[in-house]
Amino acid sequence: MNTLAESAATALRLISSLDPVLLDIVGLSLAVSACACLLACAGGLVLGAWLGVVRFPGQGVVLTVLNTMLALPSVVVGLLVYLLLSRSGPLGFLGWLFSFKAMVVAQAILVLPVVAALTRQVVVDAERSHGEQLRSLGAGTFMRGLLLTWDERFALLTILIAAFGRAVSEVGAVMVVGGNIEGYTRVMTTAIALETSKGDLPLAVALGIVLLAVVLLLNTLIALVRRWCERRDAGLAGWLRMPDLTA
Amino acid sequence: MKRLDSALPMDADMAVAPPPEAGPIPASGPALFALRGVDLRYGSVRALHGIDLDVRAGERVALVGSNGSGKSSLLRVLHGLLAPTSGTAACLPRNRQALVFQRPHMLRASVQNNVALGLWLRGMGWRRARQSALHALARVDMAELAGRSAKTLSGGQQQRVALAQAWAMDADALLLDEPTANLDPHAKREVEALMQAFVQPGPGRTVTMVFSSHNLGQVKRLASRVVYLERGRILADLPVQSFFNGPLPEEAGLFVKGEKI
Repeated sequence: MNTLAESAATALRLISSLDPVLLDIVGLSLAVSACACLLACAGGLVLGAWLGVVRFPGQGVVLTVLNTMLALPSVVVGLLVYLLLSRSGPLGFLGWLFSFKAMVVAQAILVLPVVAALTRQVVVDAERSHGEQLRSLGAGTFMRGLLLTWDERFALLTILIAAFGRAVSEVGAVMVVGGNIEGYTRVMTTAIALETSKGDLPLAVALGIVLLAVVLLLNTLIALVRRWCERRDAGLAGWLRMPDLTA
Repeated sequence: MKRLDSALPMDADMAVAPPPEAGPIPASGPALFALRGVDLRYGSVRALHGIDLDVRAGERVALVGSNGSGKSSLLRVLHGLLAPTSGTAACLPRNRQALVFQRPHMLRASVQNNVALGLWLRGMGWRRARQSALHALARVDMAELAGRSAKTLSGGQQQRVALAQAWAMDADALLLDEPTANLDPHAKREVEALMQAFVQPGPGRTVTMVFSSHNLGQVKRLASRVVYLERGRILADLPVQSFFNGPLPEEAGLFVKGEKI
């Protein structure tokens, strides 16, 4: 049996036996990315919705910067957060470096532009399509941003899921600011990098399989949400009826 | 934009003598909407050109003309959604008028909540707004669908919901941008009937209607006055009988004969 097959077989045994080390790493990884996404969404949704409905001088520059930040390399974000949180940095007094919090901050910074830029695009399209009608009803800029964001909530849900996928699969930022400390800041991606370099392929493969499964699950969720939205708008959704939250 | 808050209501069927030629109808009462020399530009495109128009209480004005003639832009200026590039537009405040779009957008919410939204945005409490929405939906025979997702409605039903929204607001003026353009004949008849019901004068209630349409039969049935637009200018402004039976400028004549689309 070749190395890959042996590693895969061992990896599957680790997964099926719910190996505690594996579970710890997966749990921490999901917790960091979930917290980072919550933070990024709180800021990104508001920023994106606002940018989708307002017009101000210099908006083009702001949008260019925002779109550039979509391609932020994760190690650069890690470096920036490292400099901010290091002892001699402006936020060094917090003592967050090489901690759960540092990893959350780094991933939130990485994901926020994704949420903001995609939310803005969704809101701009909605504003173009029916912003005029909302204005005719008396909705001001703030209220329009709010209503359009609410109206596009299912599209935004897919953005949030995609943002989580980006956060959970990045390695550079958490490696730099987390330090990959076993049992403390070791997440799936940093563990894969480490175990591969050590030659411990079964654990790396097992983590890789879990990571792929998480991404697959997220993509399945996105597809399901889209399908449900289409069916709901066509009046067909009976198998998963959500309450009218505005009622 | 100036606002006219205290225009006096007039009878719906006010007698307006046909003018000898295609000019504006002589003023005989206070105007709810008064445009003077209104120009509107979208960048280098001139959508409206020197528009002078008075609309009085109880009038039912049809805006007709080819695609791109400026009908929709004129409705938006009347509603206050667009400010003229030059000239003056004195209009009813927006909270006393309702604009119904060609394809009204329904939010992802129930039919009842879609209607209530307009009231809520104008300051009514949410609970009361929902109650009023239900009454308005009953007037357009849609009360049974109040709890349904508005996205699942047909085009005609959505247009009826939009009219219910206007009804709930108790608007003094109803502006409609080609309200039946995308509807099947049955839905067209339903919407037309509702438009007629909406403008029926009641005790202490006079509703003014301005609508754009390509459907000349509909114009004959619903309008008391016709304004013909061509390339952003008003070429004819006549009572409906005169528009269809009297002499018209050449381009308006071709439009009525169906030789100009």
